[in-house]
Amino acid sequence: MNAPLPTRTYRHVGTRPVRPDGLEKVTGKAIYGTDFVAPGMIHGAMLRSPHPHARIRSIDTKKAEALPGVKAVVTGADFPTMASLEVAMGESSGNIKHVSRNCMAHEKVLYEGQPVAAIAATSLRIAEEAARLIVVDYEVLPHVLDIDSAFAPGAPLLHDDIFTKGLNPPPDQPSNSPLRFQIGGGDPEAALAAATHRVSGRFSTQPVHQGYIEPHACVASWNADGQAQIWCSSQGQFSIRSVTAGVLGISHADIRVYPLEIGGGFGGKTIVYLEPVAMLLSRKSGRPVRMAMSRSEVFRASGPAPGSVVDIEMGAMADGTISGVVMEFKYLGGAFPGADVHPGAMSALAHYVVPDNRIIGWEVMCNMPSTHAYRAPGAPQATFAVESCIDELAQILGLDPIDMRIKNAARPGDKSAMGTTLGEIGYVECLEAAKAHPHWSAPLGPNQGRGVGGGTWGNYGGPSTATVSLAEDGSVLVTTGSPDIGGSRASMAIMAAETLQVHYEKIRVTIADTSSIGYSMVTGGSRTTFATGKAVVEACEQIITDLRERAAAMWNVDLDQTEWRNGAVVCRATDKVLTMGDIAAKAGFAKGPIAAESSINAQGYLPGFGVHICDTEVDPETGNVTVVRYTAVQDVGTAIHPDYVEGQMQGGAVQGIGWALNEGYVFDKSGKMDNPGFLDYRMPVCSDMPMIDTVMVEKPNPAHPYGVKGVGEVPIVPPLAAVANAVSRATGMRMRHLPMTPDKIWAQLQGQKG
Amino acid sequence: MSKMFVTATVNGDSAEFLCDPGATLLDVLRDTMGLTGTKEGCGSGDCGACTVMLDGEMVCSCLVLAAETEGRQVSTIEAVAEGSDLHPVQRQFLEHGALQCGFCTPGFIVASKALLDHNPNPSESEVRYWLAGNLCRCTGYDKIVRAVLDAAAEMRQERIPA
Repeated sequence: MNAPLPTRTYRHVGTRPVRPDGLEKVTGKAIYGTDFVAPGMIHGAMLRSPHPHARIRSIDTKKAEALPGVKAVVTGADFPTMASLEVAMGESSGNIKHVSRNCMAHEKVLYEGQPVAAIAATSLRIAEEAARLIVVDYEVLPHVLDIDSAFAPGAPLLHDDIFTKGLNPPPDQPSNSPLRFQIGGGDPEAALAAATHRVSGRFSTQPVHQGYIEPHACVASWNADGQAQIWCSSQGQFSIRSVTAGVLGISHADIRVYPLEIGGGFGGKTIVYLEPVAMLLSRKSGRPVRMAMSRSEVFRASGPAPGSVVDIEMGAMADGTISGVVMEFKYLGGAFPGADVHPGAMSALAHYVVPDNRIIGWEVMCNMPSTHAYRAPGAPQATFAVESCIDELAQILGLDPIDMRIKNAARPGDKSAMGTTLGEIGYVECLEAAKAHPHWSAPLGPNQGRGVGGGTWGNYGGPSTATVSLAEDGSVLVTTGSPDIGGSRASMAIMAAETLQVHYEKIRVTIADTSSIGYSMVTGGSRTTFATGKAVVEACEQIITDLRERAAAMWNVDLDQTEWRNGAVVCRATDKVLTMGDIAAKAGFAKGPIAAESSINAQGYLPGFGVHICDTEVDPETGNVTVVRYTAVQDVGTAIHPDYVEGQMQGGAVQGIGWALNEGYVFDKSGKMDNPGFLDYRMPVCSDMPMIDTVMVEKPNPAHPYGVKGVGEVPIVPPLAAVANAVSRATGMRMRHLPMTPDKIWAQLQGQKG
Repeated sequence: MSKMFVTATVNGDSAEFLCDPGATLLDVLRDTMGLTGTKEGCGSGDCGACTVMLDGEMVCSCLVLAAETEGRQVSTIEAVAEGSDLHPVQRQFLEHGALQCGFCTPGFIVASKALLDHNPNPSESEVRYWLAGNLCRCTGYDKIVRAVLDAAAEMRQERIPA
């Protein structure tokens, strides 16, 4: 509404057609992870560790193997042993040994719920019964589940071969901290000393789960000739292929991964948990094997996002200029490294210009499931502390908190945290749009407070493959290797329709298996509409050139005498027209079939920025917080399909609200997760939420043919602080610890009363 | 363990099946009948992805034993459209982009249709509380609520005699 208008006008880009896969999804026909059935398929079940930390002395599977109906049993002993081997696995590079141990424990278990054995049987009931017959002899070890304990001298050590990286000199003893990372510049201590006002404090958040509604599931069929097929829902079939092949020590080309529809991922389905196990069970049994997690298994054994403790000091001058920042954060990862400390440090201050700063990040491991990417991984926790301090300083200085952010905002031409020059970024435009929004000046009721929060995410480009071919009637087939997690078939069809100047419905989009198209990186990093979209546009442009060449040959004129107009080739001299159908019908007799492929490493991606405004009402009797109004503003580049851009903004905002108010892992004294279900792990439900108003600020990215920036991850970065700032202003108490559950708020209110 | 023989009506057709005494209606719908439009998100009645109608009442099929459906009427997402004609709720979900991954969508559509069958003119608040038993992690619910309100308006229009 307050956004600057895009400079170009389009026929298809920016329209809101029905998505190509929509009908299948509203009628129940679409095939997701657990819906797929292979002929002769049997069922796998996992035996999981009841202890958060233990040494496995022995595993006796004899009784399980003897149970009628059991076709195969697998333990860690069935996995190939191998030296550490780095593979590309989604948004974080992983260590194949750790992936393997996470799929199946070998000598130690590192969290409650880690697999120790798996069974395949003719029914799930028999497989589960067989699991209960397996006898595991554990030597129970002391466990750690919080940052301070994991760092303490003499803490139980998860891995004896992990030494903290980033320390100088390098440590000679292993520890539970795999990484220390530092960035910054200038003289932050001097800048803080010179500041008019300083605020400081410790902020904390709990581990939270991505919370996709579809549990992990796959079917694997590994034949005696070494060739295998896997059907699964994931954020990247190629990543499933490479990591599964890596864990099993086999050739990538021997595994063909078919992508099924995916029921949510948010980063959490870039990971391999079940596939190698199902493969081994299939190889042993000679049958296709399905494995599927229960909800409890999803919580207890698939990737949450790390918890955090952030110590921060920020200083500002009287005019609101942020003079210096020093922050040190610790991210509480799980059983294996991968807590996204780097992107946390890179995002924390990236939306402001603060030359004098130091950011130190530590990764800490503990005896909970290994943490993995969750939407803008690492950014929300650190940003929560930064955006809370700005709010506090604005209160002290008597400044409008949006004005204070505008004063310090990063602009095009400023230097990024990486030292590169920032391109066409739109943070200032977002802040101005937020300030101009009626929400910002609307009156508040009793017990209500208004908070604002900003944030950024770097987005990504990277490798994608797309093919475009014409059917014999000239209709268009677009094929990519990027799973459609939230409407990307529609955006691919829109971009192809725009480029080819044909009707949206003339284009059909397929997501191909790993043997049917070239490599594409995962759907993640907010990269698909940018990178895969760019590949689709390039392939469409190749098709146009090809069709013009064919038409020129048919008319016997030079190529420059032809032009592409309204989805057809037009001869400039004669105004003759050859449609796609005309040329396609003759293709078999002329130059041959019409098809193009674009395999690219998409560069020129730009970071996205968001500003969220939140009104909360705090019930003084119960401490319950209600979100009464919410507005999300975001620099989206160009919105290809605005419904799905708004949907990303709304969904990300609500996940962030859940993170702020309700969600968090709770462990009992024995180290078991206490809330592994949706009743006790309380995600926002429909009646908790107001409408989420959205403002799309369109500042196109010059490096994409239609200006795409990537929109999926930014919207989870601002809400933690936006909600906490609103509650802080409603209660007059600074909220530094999430989630802000009613009991915590109530206790603070009682303390305030005195 | 001997199987139980059950006769029920599923989506208007007579259905006979054998099931374990412990099997849920969800298990039988998905695994025995191949009606995989009904999804399992939790198995504990907390997410609503498995919502179906049982004798006209909205239930989580993961909390109903298959044997309990003897002689009763079950209706699933597969029967919401009449042949190839989408129900207004389905159409409005598409028009609003009220689904992203689409996994929770069948449960939401069955629940929304049940609401509109009871209450042709719900307020936003009534929609939100009716759907509070259905989890969606993608959309933040905004477009879902708008789709249901618009479907209600569309259905009220249809009821006005010409």
